[in-house]
Amino acid sequence: MSTGLETAGETETMTVREALREAMREELRRDEDVFVMGEDVGTFGGVFQVTGDLIEEFGEERIRDTPISEAGFVGAGVGAAATGSRPVVEVMFSDFLGVSMEQIMNQMAKMRYMFGGKTEMPVTIRTTEGGGQRAASQHSGTVHTWFAHFPGIKAVAPGTPAAAKGLLKSAIRSNDPVMVFENKVIYEQEGEVPTDPDFTVPLGEASIEREGEDVTVVATQRLVGETLDLAEEMADEADLEVIDPRSLYPLDTETIAESVRKTGRLVVADESPLSYGTHAEVVARIVEEEFFSLDAPIQRVGIADTHVPFSPTLEDEVIPTGEDVREAIDRVI
Amino acid sequence: MPPIDMDTEEGRIEALRRMYRIRAFESTAGELFADGELPGFVHLYKGEEAVGVGATAALESDDYITSTHRGHGHCIAKGLDTERMMAELYGKADGYCNGKGGSMHIADVEAGMLGANGIVGAGPPLATGAALTAHRNGEDRVALAFFGDGAVAQGQVHESINLAATWGLPAIFLVENNQYGEGTPMEKQHNVENLSETAEAYNIPGFTIDGMDVTAVAEAVAEARKRAIAGDGPTFIEADTYRYEGHFEGDHQPYRDEEEIEAWRERDPIDQFKQRLIDRGELTDAEFESIREEIDAEIDAAVDSAQRADPPEPHEAYEDMFAEPAPEIATFAELPRADGGDSR
Ligand SMILES: Cc1ncc(C[n+]2csc(CCOP(=O)(O)OP(=O)(O)O)c2C)c(N)n1
Repeated sequence: MSTGLETAGETETMTVREALREAMREELRRDEDVFVMGEDVGTFGGVFQVTGDLIEEFGEERIRDTPISEAGFVGAGVGAAATGSRPVVEVMFSDFLGVSMEQIMNQMAKMRYMFGGKTEMPVTIRTTEGGGQRAASQHSGTVHTWFAHFPGIKAVAPGTPAAAKGLLKSAIRSNDPVMVFENKVIYEQEGEVPTDPDFTVPLGEASIEREGEDVTVVATQRLVGETLDLAEEMADEADLEVIDPRSLYPLDTETIAESVRKTGRLVVADESPLSYGTHAEVVARIVEEEFFSLDAPIQRVGIADTHVPFSPTLEDEVIPTGEDVREAIDRVI
Repeated sequence: MPPIDMDTEEGRIEALRRMYRIRAFESTAGELFADGELPGFVHLYKGEEAVGVGATAALESDDYITSTHRGHGHCIAKGLDTERMMAELYGKADGYCNGKGGSMHIADVEAGMLGANGIVGAGPPLATGAALTAHRNGEDRVALAFFGDGAVAQGQVHESINLAATWGLPAIFLVENNQYGEGTPMEKQHNVENLSETAEAYNIPGFTIDGMDVTAVAEAVAEARKRAIAGDGPTFIEADTYRYEGHFEGDHQPYRDEEEIEAWRERDPIDQFKQRLIDRGELTDAEFESIREEIDAEIDAAVDSAQRADPPEPHEAYEDMFAEPAPEIATFAELPRADGGDSR
């Protein structure tokens, strides 16, 4: 197995939320240049309580509440990063990234390149994605595809507490802009997390969460856990290999390709719209590299190019679940 | 560039030299563009020299500035080297951005110059961020954002001023009101007489000053810098000025007439200041002539070297994306090209 946990020493059970907070706490302690800013991240602890009590240890200079000005404070994060700070900027809902898009696409992503490599851009943007909270279309989006697609931005989307901690730490330590997409319904999900403050998950390294012989399922965020549960349920019918790519860009093509060489079957499950998206990228790379290893057409599980609606009946209809992954698996075996 | 002491004769001469260096660089760039020598767009700063030079005169060399699409003047005022700037205008490998930025994106982060910018209104948030770094590190350092009257209509500009004001950051917001945003006059873009009224909304000081007078600009910025360093937060300064050339080179300017341009030219920042120095007995016409010749020769040499410089290698198009490279880029760069060649 290669979840990275086998060799990471001591572990502790914690939730995704706690893992993210620990990552920030450790990096804030390690490096004075690191600070956190965003709406209500201080005393309030963040709307999803991810920043929690950090203000008690680090004070309001380093855990900084901002006005409701996404373009202003995301831009300030970019300027701070270009001048030697290491800001961790929380954008409450990824849907609001649109408000700050200019600073992200034209400044953050391009400054280093346009300046001939002479700027570092050590900014981390953390944001929340996903449906399941009956929050309607403007608070339920999964938009990581846009950013993973955009040159100059690295994008990660953890599916486990260990990945959440390790990736956020790598993001903060990276001299490149990294966007961390946290699925908001898995903040309570528990798992084993290394306690070593130097444990990180490298950007661009997938994790094989379960080894199997019959079907490779590449699943992200919430769908990692649901697919692992499914794999146990289906153990008598098919032996699933479950891969969490963890990092969407860069993407660990090799780990997925190797798995497909073994299983000959691939299902890609990601809670983003299906057209032109994250799924398409995984599929394209496997078709390019492993076409002749495939024993069945590849299947995609995602959102059918709609927004996420409010009504529970409607939301449950569009949000992909383990059940949808199961149907996709049935189609490939 | 170290600050200029405008109270000394030396300082005043240096300010004049910098203004003339901008003028000469810009005139040459305009001619080169007209001759089809320069790729891309070129936006000239001619007429506004007193703002860039006056402002940077009051800054320490490690203070930050952010700039605009009309950035050559700010770069020169901040002390950037005209040879490397010209190389960048030509898209050459040894330009400030290795040929990746061009006229609209010249930057030298080490010199505190955080980039000319192709996006109207994008500089002020960056300056707020730079001021935040200085503030956090407890450094006596300020960040000054140059932006146009047009940019004052951008939401992110207001957000960043509000942020800097609320957090008491050492930032200076300097509007170069050159009376037009592209072809639209100031009155058609804003419902206030003076843009400095904006400051009231943020409870910070706001002034409108004569942007054709280099000493007036230097004084206002020095005052603002003092406040910033004392921890009293940002200042909003509107400098009234004028651009002599079109919005971009090639603009046929249906929106204004020669008379208006002439009226502003009568108050030319370089002529005015030069005359003042002559009247005070600090400069002679002959001395100005030799400054001129020396700078003209510097710019000619910059052009000559830029023309002879090597362009970047095609493979450099795949470099500088990240500090730690993404393997994808190398993979995709190896794909066969449509023209039958490959990328290497
Ligand atoms: C966000 C954005 N909108 C529009 C443009 C196109 N544009 C480039 S310069 C300019 C006018 C800017 O006017 P102002 O801020 O007054 O600066 P000036 O050109 O007068 O120096 C416009 C509209 C742009 N580059 N970016």
